[in-house]
Amino acid sequence: MTKTLFEPSIRSRPVYGELSPRAGSAHLFIADGEGAEAITDMFAKAGADAPALLAKSHIIYMPGPYGTDLSAALQALGAAQFHRAPSFNAAELRIRKVLTDAHMGLQVYLAGTETVIGLAQREVMMAGLPFEAVQTEHRGSLSRRVQCVHCKGVTENVTTDPFVCSHCGLNLFVRDHYSRRLAAFQGVNIDAEDPGLVPAAVERFK
Amino acid sequence: MGLEFNTETFRNDFTFKNSPRAIRRFPFPFDRDDYMYSVNMEPHVPGRPGSVFEHMFDVDEHYVAEMRDRAQVLADDPLRCQSLPHMELAGWDLLELIMESKARDYPQWFELHKNGNRWHWINRPMEIEQKFTFLDPTTLPCGPMEYITRQAQGDFTLQDQRDDNLWIEAGMVTTQADWSLDFDIGMSFHEWHAPVPKAHQMGVFDRALKFLLKLQHGAPVRRFNWTMTVDPLLDTSPENYPKWGPTKTTLTPENIGNRQHLRVELQTLHRLPRSNAIAFPIRCYLIKFEELVTIPKWARRLHRVIRDIDPELSTYKGFIRNRELMVQYLSQFDDGAPTSPGWWPDE
Ligand code: HEM
Repeated sequence: MTKTLFEPSIRSRPVYGELSPRAGSAHLFIADGEGAEAITDMFAKAGADAPALLAKSHIIYMPGPYGTDLSAALQALGAAQFHRAPSFNAAELRIRKVLTDAHMGLQVYLAGTETVIGLAQREVMMAGLPFEAVQTEHRGSLSRRVQCVHCKGVTENVTTDPFVCSHCGLNLFVRDHYSRRLAAFQGVNIDAEDPGLVPAAVERFK
Repeated sequence: MGLEFNTETFRNDFTFKNSPRAIRRFPFPFDRDDYMYSVNMEPHVPGRPGSVFEHMFDVDEHYVAEMRDRAQVLADDPLRCQSLPHMELAGWDLLELIMESKARDYPQWFELHKNGNRWHWINRPMEIEQKFTFLDPTTLPCGPMEYITRQAQGDFTLQDQRDDNLWIEAGMVTTQADWSLDFDIGMSFHEWHAPVPKAHQMGVFDRALKFLLKLQHGAPVRRFNWTMTVDPLLDTSPENYPKWGPTKTTLTPENIGNRQHLRVELQTLHRLPRSNAIAFPIRCYLIKFEELVTIPKWARRLHRVIRDIDPELSTYKGFIRNRELMVQYLSQFDDGAPTSPGWWPDE
């Protein structure tokens, strides 16, 4: 699977680029699922510079929402540190520690689903790293992390629009309005004005 | 000044109404018979005596009741008031701006006495008296922005300025036209405006941001925004949309005059002196159609604006489903006569 192509959208919706090797004092990679391929592709591009880069790299990786696990290929790169976590949640404290310990010149590379890119980017933001030090590349599932604007609960891996809030049970439509602070899209009650009139769910974010 | 404050509600039995004086001074936002987005900003200089532009912050007959409604909204949902940690200084700037303006413009209601950093604030309509040390948060019962905006009509947001952008990073938002501070806090100018149709493509936001980045202290500007609200509900929040959304389906030709309200926001923008942040007060005024049509020029004009509005705007503003009903009702008051330029009622 290669880089995802997105339809043009509204200005709060994140846009993603393509990872490319940069000069830096250290390199932190956070990826899930198919995001592993963005990293292996990047090192392939680095060519002769790859070994020096890998010697300063820390890769934190977790399987994608549908179980895609490319740990073996990443581990085979031979980075200074490689860590496979079962989920983002499990990796969170490690990521925070690495970011707090970071020195000037750390380069951050995020790849995979919007959920993991968004959650990791939020950690990077909270750690106060400069925006320019972060690169992102989307690969894999388009499923969304959506916050219900009514009960504030977040539903993970939303693939259909509308969907049922996993916390309060309201039928929500999924907006493209996105909060980087919450790392979530916004879900709004679809049948408030016509209770019970809920259109059939369409798989929009596979 | 014999202005009394109304005892009225903005929920449940909805006893809110405008006095004849409040109707005449209503900030009707249309200066012509049609409407489209534009970079509509003008200097916020004192306007006609008696008008909502007379003072920096307009205090009207709804003041006390609005503050009571705000306290209720905050008790139900404390997330309506938030301030990221680095915004406290901007909160003090805002507190100073509001206290100084109100004490200057309404000395019969508000007093501010300063002895160095030791301040003494008196708010008579709300029966509040507070001695505190300016810039010392431990001397107030809550943060400075929350403290003063619990005593000031309208919503308030504070925008930090950095990286050639504005960041919405604090706010008191309980009378909003369907947007969530809790969701938007931390966003940049184009991000929080993302859901608005057309205006991005028209270049409105690029030009507005460019202008605002150069806004000077002491030279505030103002603009209008407007939408439609069924019943005089101040808190039309997305959070509570499942509660107020259904009221849109209950309008009939018989009750529309009484229940449909034009909702106008008088927005001002102020550069703050210490923090260099921008304060954005969003003052909401409501008027039911029956009250509005007592001003013939406004009735004619509102009919034409709603009849001819771009459907993308009426959809975004959330009144597309009742637009025909509105046009039908308002058409009774439009004899086709030309309207005079500007928004003031004819003498
Ligand atoms: C810097 C302070 C400002 C803040 C915090 C602010 C905030 C907002 C918010 C939260 C919305 C609702 C967006 C949504 O649907 O979620 C909005 C709408 C809008 N804003 Fe602003 N705004 C600011 C300044 C301006 C300025 C200077 C302009 C000038 C052109 C402007 C033009 C608009 C327009 C045209 C809309 C659509 C309103 C409608 O049709 O109801 N805003 N603004």
